[in-house]
Amino acid sequence: MLYFSKLKIISVLIFTLIISFFTISNFINIDNKLFNRNINLGLDLQGGSYLLLEIDNKPVVIQKLQNKLSSLKKFFADKDIRSTNFKIIDDEKISFVIDEDSLDKVLSLLTDKESEINPYFQRFKTHEFDVKETKVLSSTNITLEFSDYGLVQLKSSSQNQAIEIVRRRVDEIGTNEPNILKRGNDRILVELPGLENPDRIKSLLGKTANLTFRFVTLNEEESFGTEKLLYEDGSEAIISKRIILSGDNLVDAQPRMDNQSNQTVVTFTLDRVGAKKFARATSSGVGKRLAIILDGKIISAPNIVEPIVGGAGQITGDFTFQSATDLALLLRSGALPAPMKIIEERTVGPGLGQDSINAGILSLIIGFALVVLFMIVKYKIFGLIANVTLITNLLLLIGILTLFEATLTLPGIAGIILTVGMAVDANVLIYERIKEEIKSESNKIVAFDSGYVKSKTTILDANITTLIAALILFILGSGPVKGFALTLGVGILTTLFSVYFIARLFTALYVIKNKDKEKLI
Amino acid sequence: MEKRNIPFNKFYKRFNIMSLFLILFSLILLTFKGLNYGVDFKGGTLIELRTLDNTLNISDLRKSFSKLNLGDVTVKEFGKENDYVIKFEKKQSIEENFIENIKIELSNDIGNIFEFRRVESVGPKVSDELLKSGIIAIVLSLGAMLIYIWIRFEWQFSLGAITAVFHDVVITLGFFSLLNFEINLSIVAAVLTIVGYSMNDTVVIFDRVRENLKKYSDIKIFEITNISINETLSRTIITSVTTLLALLSIFIFGGAILKGFSFAMILGVIVGTYSSIYIANPILVRLNVSQKTILKEEKV
Repeated sequence: MLYFSKLKIISVLIFTLIISFFTISNFINIDNKLFNRNINLGLDLQGGSYLLLEIDNKPVVIQKLQNKLSSLKKFFADKDIRSTNFKIIDDEKISFVIDEDSLDKVLSLLTDKESEINPYFQRFKTHEFDVKETKVLSSTNITLEFSDYGLVQLKSSSQNQAIEIVRRRVDEIGTNEPNILKRGNDRILVELPGLENPDRIKSLLGKTANLTFRFVTLNEEESFGTEKLLYEDGSEAIISKRIILSGDNLVDAQPRMDNQSNQTVVTFTLDRVGAKKFARATSSGVGKRLAIILDGKIISAPNIVEPIVGGAGQITGDFTFQSATDLALLLRSGALPAPMKIIEERTVGPGLGQDSINAGILSLIIGFALVVLFMIVKYKIFGLIANVTLITNLLLLIGILTLFEATLTLPGIAGIILTVGMAVDANVLIYERIKEEIKSESNKIVAFDSGYVKSKTTILDANITTLIAALILFILGSGPVKGFALTLGVGILTTLFSVYFIARLFTALYVIKNKDKEKLI
Repeated sequence: MEKRNIPFNKFYKRFNIMSLFLILFSLILLTFKGLNYGVDFKGGTLIELRTLDNTLNISDLRKSFSKLNLGDVTVKEFGKENDYVIKFEKKQSIEENFIENIKIELSNDIGNIFEFRRVESVGPKVSDELLKSGIIAIVLSLGAMLIYIWIRFEWQFSLGAITAVFHDVVITLGFFSLLNFEINLSIVAAVLTIVGYSMNDTVVIFDRVRENLKKYSDIKIFEITNISINETLSRTIITSVTTLLALLSIFIFGGAILKGFSFAMILGVIVGTYSSIYIANPILVRLNVSQKTILKEEKV
């Protein structure tokens, strides 16, 4: 075990130097993409916000069921199949009644792999809807319910739309390097490094931004139906359910100061279709009041004085410049497919982040110094070798984290310090073994050799157990804790490398030179 | 150097009885008193706040926060002077701007003399999931270690090692319950690391026990364990000391956030070192492990 080939020495040295170089590259600026790498600081160290949003898909499900219900009605009518009593039950099932003699035909239409109305997903081997039939007297009741994968499909499609909108909103605010990721099939994770105050972004992300233009009605007998909606101040108005225009037709929106009224307004531009619709509605509706409704609340309901045909208009309301800017931003970035809720928030201010870095570094230095001192007192020259190993170990550990541009968190720093404490274990195991071997073996080199050989399985066993714990924590842990598992796990690997290649090399060199010394260790 | 021979095995029985009591006591505590879950696992909101006015004291803050109608609010000092942690459980889901509202109302009440250094808000669904995944992580790691030890050693050794680790986890958690110590995500990390450390310590002694079993066919396991503990004792002590030095450094200098984590680890390292001597080994004795045990396995 004490013999090293020249080739091995050189390759170990080169490897160590390259990795250590990356550690140093954190502290200097290099004009080369390949070499200029840095450890990412976690949100808990550099400050920032972590937001977990959950999409509430219930409205989407109801909408989809309503659409499916109307297309089913039409589908059966076209095929001359009598179907009656269509309804949606518990917001999750469609139910309708057919004659018994058309049952086979209906079932084959609904459950065939080529079904037009109930698509079959080859990949999941299931239809969009599960079909159930129950006999009621001479007719049959059919219910359609989203299959598991039908629901997954629906959720992931609304997640895809939502993440796009979230991205646009976050980009509009212009924070640096936001991180927006999918989580599961109904969640979106937003990480905003360096953001000191997430309040504005939170209020922007929490809004669905569903904009509609609808007429205010006086009589309640409108053919589309009516509903009572509230203004911001709590007063109410009766609004037609007919949507003149929705936010989908907007191509741009900007906050502006209106020169005449000295009020802040939001101006908008419509696409071609939207401009046509808007012109038609405002021409026929002169004298009526047109309500502008955002997420079920009336922003304002101005009188239509003259037809608006240019495809541009403005929204008045009780705006401050900030709220007008936010509204314009929301309208530009589009509506979310479904409402979202913030279900987890973690925000760290820059002051605390810096304090944590300082505390982390201080405790690393002190912990390191204490361990180094202890090893020198305990093992003298071999303590020194163990300490050189420890330093190499740290350089390798931080170097590897830098090479992969890993994220360092506060618990991650704790993991590094813990690695310092536990890394000497392997060397201690070897040295203690050598001490035992030396008692029965007069040849020092043989004693050292068998010390290394005999302690090997123990060291492997001992480290693998810790590695298992780190691995599981890495897989199941979240956020900062994952950072801890990472440094602990990588720390074990670099420890084994530095003990078996670096420390052993130094030990070999020293022992071969001083093999005749009376008390070597 | 003279051969060290401390009669650890004389105290096997006494310490086993003590451990049994501790485990029982811990289980009772865990069943009836339970653990003090933090925001991560219980849901709710945590605000770390620094006041910029030295005259403001904790009771002023308590008064201000109790006016905000947030339900059960606890205000505690945190680390340095002027730093406080405020925790409350909000029953409804998190509204987008409720933190902003708190800031506004607070500055109306006591003036704009504070800085929100950290905000953590966890909804009930997320906290349930975090708790579940924390428990799964601990159970899985125990399982994975069991499998590893099973492959590497005979079943008697696996049983010994797993019992020792189980002992550590239960007693550490019992201690947390007793001290009303707050359990958050980093404590789960600490417990897992304790599991790894304790196992590590046990494996080192067990490796020596196996070696000695092969070497001496005429010595009983009762003595063999004692010889093995003594032979590995200096390593056990040195590694515990260096690990504790590192942990103490985190505990003292690492800031308030890492206090709980490092405290848990310190406790775990001490309990883990104890258990690898006084739990793992007596089980080998009780199971009457002998040279035959390991030779049988090797023939197969």
